[in-house]
Amino acid sequence: MTLTSKPAEAEPTAAALPGAADVVQRARHDPDVAGLGRGRATVFVAPALVIVAVFLVFPAIWTLYLGLLDYSLTGATAQDPSFVGSQNYTDALSDPVFTKALYLTLLYVGFSAVIGQNILGFLLAWYFRTAPRAVRSTLNVLVLLAWILPGSVVAFLWQALLDRQNGSLNALLHTTGTAWTIDHPMAVIVIFNIWRGAAFSMLLYAAALNTVPTSHLEVARMAGARPWQQLRDIVLPTVRRHVLTNTLLITLWTFNDFTPYLLTGGGPDHRSETLPVYIYKTAILGGHLGYGSAISLLLLLANLVIAVFYIRLLRGGDDESALRKAERKARRAEAAVAS
Amino acid sequence: MTAGMRASSGGYVVRRVLGRIVLYAGICVLTVFFALPLLWLALTPFSKHPSYQATLSGLTLENFRKLFDNPQTWPSLRNSIYLAGGSAVLVIVLAALASYALSRVRVPGRDQLLYALLLLSSIVTGTAAMVPIFLMLYQLNLLDRQSGVILVLTGGLLPAAVFMLKDFVDSIPRSYEESARVFGAKPGQILRHIVLPLIRPGMATVGVWALVQVWGNFLVPYVLLSNPDKQPAAVVMYTFYDAGGQPNFALISTFALVYSVPVVVLYLFVNKRYGFAFQGGIKG
Amino acid sequence: MRRSRQVTTIVCCVALSALLAGCVAGKKTKSDPTKNAKAKDVSLTINANDVVGGKNAAEANWINSFVIPGFQKMEKAKGINATVKFNGAGVDDEQYKTKLELNLKTGNGADVFAADGIWLGELASAGYVKPLDQVVGPSAATWDGWSQINKSVQQNLTYKDKLYGIPNGTDGRVIYFNKTLFGQAGLPAAWQPKSWADILSAGQALKRISGVNPIQINAGTPMGEATTAQGFLPLLAGTGKPLFDEATGKWQGASSGVKDVLNFYKQIYGAGLGDPKLQQDKAGRDESFANFSKGKIGILIEGDYFWRSIICPDKKTCNATAMANRNSVVGYAKIPAEKPGMGVKGQDFVSVSGGGGWMLNPGTKFPQQAWELMTYMVSAEAQNELAKAEIRISPRDDVNATTLANDPLLSYISKTILPITTYRPSDQNYNPVSVAIQQATADVVSGKSASTAANTYQSSLQKAVGDAHVETG
Repeated sequence: MTLTSKPAEAEPTAAALPGAADVVQRARHDPDVAGLGRGRATVFVAPALVIVAVFLVFPAIWTLYLGLLDYSLTGATAQDPSFVGSQNYTDALSDPVFTKALYLTLLYVGFSAVIGQNILGFLLAWYFRTAPRAVRSTLNVLVLLAWILPGSVVAFLWQALLDRQNGSLNALLHTTGTAWTIDHPMAVIVIFNIWRGAAFSMLLYAAALNTVPTSHLEVARMAGARPWQQLRDIVLPTVRRHVLTNTLLITLWTFNDFTPYLLTGGGPDHRSETLPVYIYKTAILGGHLGYGSAISLLLLLANLVIAVFYIRLLRGGDDESALRKAERKARRAEAAVAS
Repeated sequence: MTAGMRASSGGYVVRRVLGRIVLYAGICVLTVFFALPLLWLALTPFSKHPSYQATLSGLTLENFRKLFDNPQTWPSLRNSIYLAGGSAVLVIVLAALASYALSRVRVPGRDQLLYALLLLSSIVTGTAAMVPIFLMLYQLNLLDRQSGVILVLTGGLLPAAVFMLKDFVDSIPRSYEESARVFGAKPGQILRHIVLPLIRPGMATVGVWALVQVWGNFLVPYVLLSNPDKQPAAVVMYTFYDAGGQPNFALISTFALVYSVPVVVLYLFVNKRYGFAFQGGIKG
Repeated sequence: MRRSRQVTTIVCCVALSALLAGCVAGKKTKSDPTKNAKAKDVSLTINANDVVGGKNAAEANWINSFVIPGFQKMEKAKGINATVKFNGAGVDDEQYKTKLELNLKTGNGADVFAADGIWLGELASAGYVKPLDQVVGPSAATWDGWSQINKSVQQNLTYKDKLYGIPNGTDGRVIYFNKTLFGQAGLPAAWQPKSWADILSAGQALKRISGVNPIQINAGTPMGEATTAQGFLPLLAGTGKPLFDEATGKWQGASSGVKDVLNFYKQIYGAGLGDPKLQQDKAGRDESFANFSKGKIGILIEGDYFWRSIICPDKKTCNATAMANRNSVVGYAKIPAEKPGMGVKGQDFVSVSGGGGWMLNPGTKFPQQAWELMTYMVSAEAQNELAKAEIRISPRDDVNATTLANDPLLSYISKTILPITTYRPSDQNYNPVSVAIQQATADVVSGKSASTAANTYQSSLQKAVGDAHVETG
């Protein structure tokens, strides 16, 4: 985990100001350009920190503590739970339903968020740069609606879409009677989540694509670079860090997404039971709170491992050199055009 | 020009046309994909015989009359506005202050801390944490109080909000503040006149994001509030079932539409005023 | 900054350990029946999973417009200023139960609340509810209403021989069938199967009609408790031995009875006599109701709730599933044992009943007044009033004698079914056992063999209740 901040790159605007070199130099060593000071900074962070400490860190640690007990909401173990140590964890790891749920969660996150939302969001943002206005605004509104509508409404919309007898999908495909949520439960929740969450990636990438220097693109285009070449050589190296932020966030959210329950109930036969659904079933419906809490920690750890993996991946190719490589390519293309 | 070049430009045209066709086909498929589930929401509220079927069986406003006759409709929407608005404002203000300070003052390990909080927020928004949260609010005497719900939801949303907003602040050139300081502006003035206007679009975007999260939340308000008069729309929507437990499509579809409108309007407003965009990119 | 963070961390840790230790252990409240018994200003809260205009609307309306004003008037006459508030909900039973438990855990929550009888074991063993004689004192036993409530109905709110509340009704399961479809299949309109084989042969006859799903017996996990109570348990009662032996404290494992039941499921869902997908669908039970009301299901096992609240002729109550011609088209019959005489206590026919009631929060500030409110709710006057909005089997015999006569099915259940019925165990482990049962039927429906499903059931049972409490073989 090294997300440690390095000094920010020098901003192009800095060059226009008097004593630019000096400012840049100082910014490298003292990012506190507004002269906020440690004292005031502490005051700024404190309220958020207090709320987070009381309403987030404390219950989270409490939950993790419950993971060490045979605690339940009802029955005799609700009255006086006993300390069972790692029992809940060993139970979980030896339960085939848990390992299956973990596997399904990874599939769900991988296909719906890392691949689906990421790529679709990027393509939409990329396409919207040059798309005709009418197409752009129509599609943009639809994609955003899918994202901002309340979860309970969305669950109903999809039940209506996939209904066996009257669903719009079956009407469209002339497949009345097909039970999509039973025949293809994983595919349904994956596609659902792509539909639901593509907007966030799209918004984030739209902002990211604005940071790509247009001059580089223009030069590349003049040199005859195809769109996908421009994408690979100029755009992707520039937006790498945005890709990381986006992937980190959507991975985390999808890992904890409970909406599949509203569509398939985890069924049939645990075939779409991701970890949040499994936790709900064991902790709330089954009443085994200690066990459910232990799974929450395992879910968190799985998430952490993946985040570390992402960050390693990012550090693998040094950002600076990638940028420089892209610039070199653009310069070479420029030379080719000139000759 | 040589023959070879002409042939390749011919090939280029063919490829270009084909590319366009594939592109437009793709756009059509995507539009249908995103629009199809929304069809039900657009049609059913006006249908005479609402069901899972997304068709108009006779145009009517009768369903709206039924909805507005229901004593729970308006109070629940008001509660939703209070809970979601309160949480969103709290999230924006606290996250803006924190993210600015974290962006501009170097704190060792702040990114790890932020990410750790982000991970912990996933526990708290999960179902297993419901019991500790309930018991804690009981001790704090915040049960059955909307302020308790707001605080719990704010705590869960803050890490992600700071995470997103800090990226936004990071992307603002420090030179703006630096040059203002060169001209003798005080930190307070810099914040008010330079930083705040610059990060306002980011705050608006994160605010809408927070509001959407709270607007749709069922479990937290349901469990923490016992007085039905305090319950928000997300909870009330689950009560629109018949005595026998069958969904009451007339109420559900109409309420879904009414319930979605404020969020959409707010989004449109923010989008027009500030431009709705996320800033991303962890600065390495 | 660094030092201040360290300080914060230390302060947090200390506070944390103190709080965690204090909060995890259950709260032990001592009940004092005479507490506030002479209070002049009384405020009480009722909690139920009812909501005006939604789930159990009739009961919600009755509480708001009859119980509360009536009780307040009664108290006023005694010079007591009573305020009663109704906190209704209208959500899934599981969500209602979770919130109820959380409230009881903190000693918070409504003074009088509705609870299902099958929750009692869990609630009582967790200390969330206490026997009436402890909370109310001797006046609980002397209430004149008890003489009107049948002992078997009282059993629903009894745990370890102690009463925990006043029942608010009971029900019974029967086989419903569609007479029109039976006519088309050449089956009699006055049908009464005498064995499981009779059900299967009727199913074979119905199968010949196209577009008809012959038999619906609830199975699988999405239907939850409806699988156990409406499907598995009535069948198991027909194999002779109850699920739970109160005397030995043992649950039936992979016994021959359990295997027979699972095999019966196999014969239905593995041979096209039922729709396996409906059992796996999240909204399967609702869909089964809709299909029956449209004449697409031949045979279905359900409680009287199905008759009253799903297929009633009144469109206002039953909405999309209302059957205008219910009384002429829908027939009902007793559930047969596997073979005549094979049922529990050697019966030819069996059933399962449930029911809940009003319970008292042991943390109530006004135990005597809350008890008085409960007895008022189950008084003959109040129950007659409730029957005006919705006829169902009241806990009181005197009320049933007049109200049920108007409804053929309900009088059939109270006269013919209640004498032969069985009740679900109120043991604290009932819930996990029920979940294991649902999984076993799900396994069969999705294609596994009956014996594989029975073995999986037995091992989950052993895990849930401990080896010592499972009757193997």
